[in-house]
Amino acid sequence: MGSSRILFLAPLAIFILVAAVAGYYLLENRDPRLLPSAMINKPAPTFRLNGLSVDGREVAKGFSSDNFKGHITVLNFFASWCGPCLVEHPQVMALAGMRGVVVLGVNYKNKPVDAAAWLARNGNPYARIGVDPQGDLALEFGLYAVPETFVIDHTGRIRVKHVGPITEDVLQENLLPAIRALQR
Amino acid sequence: MKGLSVLLSFLSFLAASPLIAIGPGEALKDAALEARARDIGRQLRCLVCQNQSIDDSDAPLAQDLRRLVRKRVKAGDTNKQVIDYIHSRYGDFVLLRPPIDIRTWLLWYGPPVFLIFALFLILVRTSRRRQTRATHDSPLSVQEIARADTLLNRKEDSR
Amino acid sequence: MTAEIGHFALIVAAVLSLGQSVLPLIGASRRHGGLMALGGTLATGQFVFVLIAFGALTWAYLVSDFSVANVAQNSHSKKPSLYKITGVWGNHEGSMVLWCLILALFGASVAWFGSNVAPSLRARVIGIQGMIGVGFLAFVLLTSNPFDRVNPVPLDGQGLNPILQDPGLAFHPPLLYLGYVGFSVTFSFAIAALLEGRVDASWGRWVRPWALAAWSFLTLGIALGSWWAYYELGWGGFWFWDPVENASFMPWLVGTALLHSAVVVERRDALKSWSVLLAILTFSLSLLGTFLVRSGVLTSVHTFATDPERGLFILGILILTIGGALALYAWRAPILKGGGLFRPISREGSLILNNLMLTIAALTVLFGTLYPLIIDGLGLGKISVGPPYFNATFIPLMVPMMIAMGIAPFLPWKRADFGAAISQLTFVGLVTILVAAVILYLEDRSSFLAALGIGLAVWLVGASLRELASRLNLFRGSLGASLRRAAGLPRGAWGMTISHAAAGMMVAGITASGVWQTEVVRYMKAGDRADVAGYSITFKGVHQLRSSNYLARQGIFAVVQDGVNIATLRPEKRIYLPQRMPTTEAAIRTNLLADLYVVLGDPNNEGGYAVRLYHNPLVAWIWIGAILMFLGGVVSLTDRRHRVGAPRRSTRSIAAPLAKA
Repeated sequence: MGSSRILFLAPLAIFILVAAVAGYYLLENRDPRLLPSAMINKPAPTFRLNGLSVDGREVAKGFSSDNFKGHITVLNFFASWCGPCLVEHPQVMALAGMRGVVVLGVNYKNKPVDAAAWLARNGNPYARIGVDPQGDLALEFGLYAVPETFVIDHTGRIRVKHVGPITEDVLQENLLPAIRALQR
Repeated sequence: MKGLSVLLSFLSFLAASPLIAIGPGEALKDAALEARARDIGRQLRCLVCQNQSIDDSDAPLAQDLRRLVRKRVKAGDTNKQVIDYIHSRYGDFVLLRPPIDIRTWLLWYGPPVFLIFALFLILVRTSRRRQTRATHDSPLSVQEIARADTLLNRKEDSR
Repeated sequence: MTAEIGHFALIVAAVLSLGQSVLPLIGASRRHGGLMALGGTLATGQFVFVLIAFGALTWAYLVSDFSVANVAQNSHSKKPSLYKITGVWGNHEGSMVLWCLILALFGASVAWFGSNVAPSLRARVIGIQGMIGVGFLAFVLLTSNPFDRVNPVPLDGQGLNPILQDPGLAFHPPLLYLGYVGFSVTFSFAIAALLEGRVDASWGRWVRPWALAAWSFLTLGIALGSWWAYYELGWGGFWFWDPVENASFMPWLVGTALLHSAVVVERRDALKSWSVLLAILTFSLSLLGTFLVRSGVLTSVHTFATDPERGLFILGILILTIGGALALYAWRAPILKGGGLFRPISREGSLILNNLMLTIAALTVLFGTLYPLIIDGLGLGKISVGPPYFNATFIPLMVPMMIAMGIAPFLPWKRADFGAAISQLTFVGLVTILVAAVILYLEDRSSFLAALGIGLAVWLVGASLRELASRLNLFRGSLGASLRRAAGLPRGAWGMTISHAAAGMMVAGITASGVWQTEVVRYMKAGDRADVAGYSITFKGVHQLRSSNYLARQGIFAVVQDGVNIATLRPEKRIYLPQRMPTTEAAIRTNLLADLYVVLGDPNNEGGYAVRLYHNPLVAWIWIGAILMFLGGVVSLTDRRHRVGAPRRSTRSIAAPLAKA
């Protein structure tokens, strides 16, 4: 009879497990929209992007994955139509001012004219800007939405991915410590 | 604050679109390749939507992924190669058919194991009962049914 | 003033339910007739007061009383009256009041119609219903009060989510709740039986009508939801294995198992502890569904605004209800002695197989729904479980079950001659194989799945009709004799035949619409013509429409078949005010054998419009099947065995003699 006792207890045991998970989930209060990246610690994809230019006049030089070698790169996907990009803009400017860090921009699905005007108005933090009119490179990087930012080490390996705007908190608590750790 | 900012960034992507699948001009000319692309599309999650495949969604990211799928299919990739390509960039979350690994053993093998275990249990029980029947030859159930019937009938009569 | 009346009525109802959850249970354990009978009175009282509260809220919506915060947030003065009423449950707070109303209705129904149930069992059932009522009324009063006032009073409301301003979705929740909450009664019967330590044939007989009623409503509710998805979401899909859909499907699967196992309890006094467990699980899964939708644990297309505090409260109710029930089960169920003996090949054996397949199917749905949460909760990353998983696990379970479904009604109880049963099905079997073979031979598109699905459908409908024919002695005696037999046939048997054949129709609809759908997606200018599955469809152009609460662009499509204009289809793209939210309204023409389905999309730069045209064969059979299933349940419910006591009879008169005894 002992074995069937266990059988009668089984539903309760399974339920306790499920309830524990549910309770943990609620108390944890995590945002179900936050997603991890599959690209961390993988080499960045190889690519070449044309520079941002308006009517044949070059606003910024383009770049390729070779430009990641030898220094720490902050790769930032942005667009002028993207509201949160404006929110993070001061922080991107701050990153551009750091020694030993090269900030590269990918202009995502954006009219070059609009992008150039946006940069003229808000300041241009990017050493180089590549254009991704169709969002093809974005797919290579596993992009969900703009803005998104990658920290790439001097060997060209992706070390940090941040989805959404770089707020002051994100900069101080997430990106800067990671960059300092890489610089050491 | 963190939640809000993520939400904001998603709003910039999700321009409140009704759920509508593949658009005009997207389909490949070759019907066989297109059928494969549709099949692949149904196995990939639209990452910025909740619970939709890229084949069912109007979101720009889903459109881009559909285009990527068609580009790879046309370039001669197998279905598995296309899915692996996107999987390597977007992670497990993009797969609507979860990969079989140690984390998902329970998910994939749990139900069949339960089924086999239950079938085994039922067979053991029915055979054991047949043995006990040989010793106690008293069909208790018939008596109980009779009792229940009289109980019910008495009430129905008293109505 | 109405809001205060409503609030007060809810408080009174909560107090009454508190009494209901204690007094009849004391009465039952002390064999005190008066206390037991009081339970019924309290249940009726609880229902009346929740009804007053619900009426007060509805009134506030009807007269657009925007001083009530809930009304201001979810209604609008320019909304059609129908949607003012249905808007009551188009939001979290109001829908919880509806939930409580239906719960109270079922509790009171046990008192009104349960006069043939043994008094102590009935008292206990009512007591358990009271406990559930306490939980949910407390939830409404403490975390989700719909009667809160707002000051200053806004000039107009914010309006109801346009997606809910639709007849299909408007009546989806009440039906679903009638199903979900209806299973609270079978749950209470299970707990009451565990408390009494006795389950016998009469328990099975008493439980079955409640299970049937709840199951029928749940069937209709789910079907309405999927029909809505079909015509509203705009590409002809009807089931997406969305967590919220799964949440309603799991209780349906287990409830279907319960429906069948209760028959075994009633007829053969077997499967007793199993049936009790199914009764507990069915309602537990209903509660789980509520929890998943309300707590924000799952994000889905149709979750209401979510709130962790509410989630914790519901989790508390869940732990008390389900955890308590399962603990009681672990403690008491072992004393329930199994009765009737049977061989594996028998009616009982086939019903066990049915139960096994249905519960394992429910288990796969449960796993698929919760697994991403568990993996994430354990910090193992994010995974998705989507349609490919469910199809891969679900279909292999359903195929053997449906084959068995055809044979089972031919198997007698206790022990069966399998060969004799099969020999009655020779003709149906041959037709099935022939149809499948023809499809395999003729069709090149996904032919294996098509042959399997259509073959199963033919098998189910054929076997159901064959079984009916043999019961009626059709083709063997005179027609008159058969008709007399038909009249004398138990309603339960009719119900089974109808529901099983209906399942066959659904399988046919799901298969055909999935495998043989034709799709044309292209830009069309006025005057352009597209050919879809033998129909030629001409786009005549668009014009603008204006309604009280939305603006619409309507496309006009003339449908011509064999040179005859057979229909004009008018799909719309709407922008709902005041939210400025767009929706698509597909235009559908059905001749029951196939649907022509047109969706108007956005314009391009060259004056064309993105147009989607679909031809969906047999898709209507899915919902016709669901309605037939519902009717099968209703017919079964009118079976003489389930006929419940007349409501006018006083509950006291039965309780009294026992109290004396």
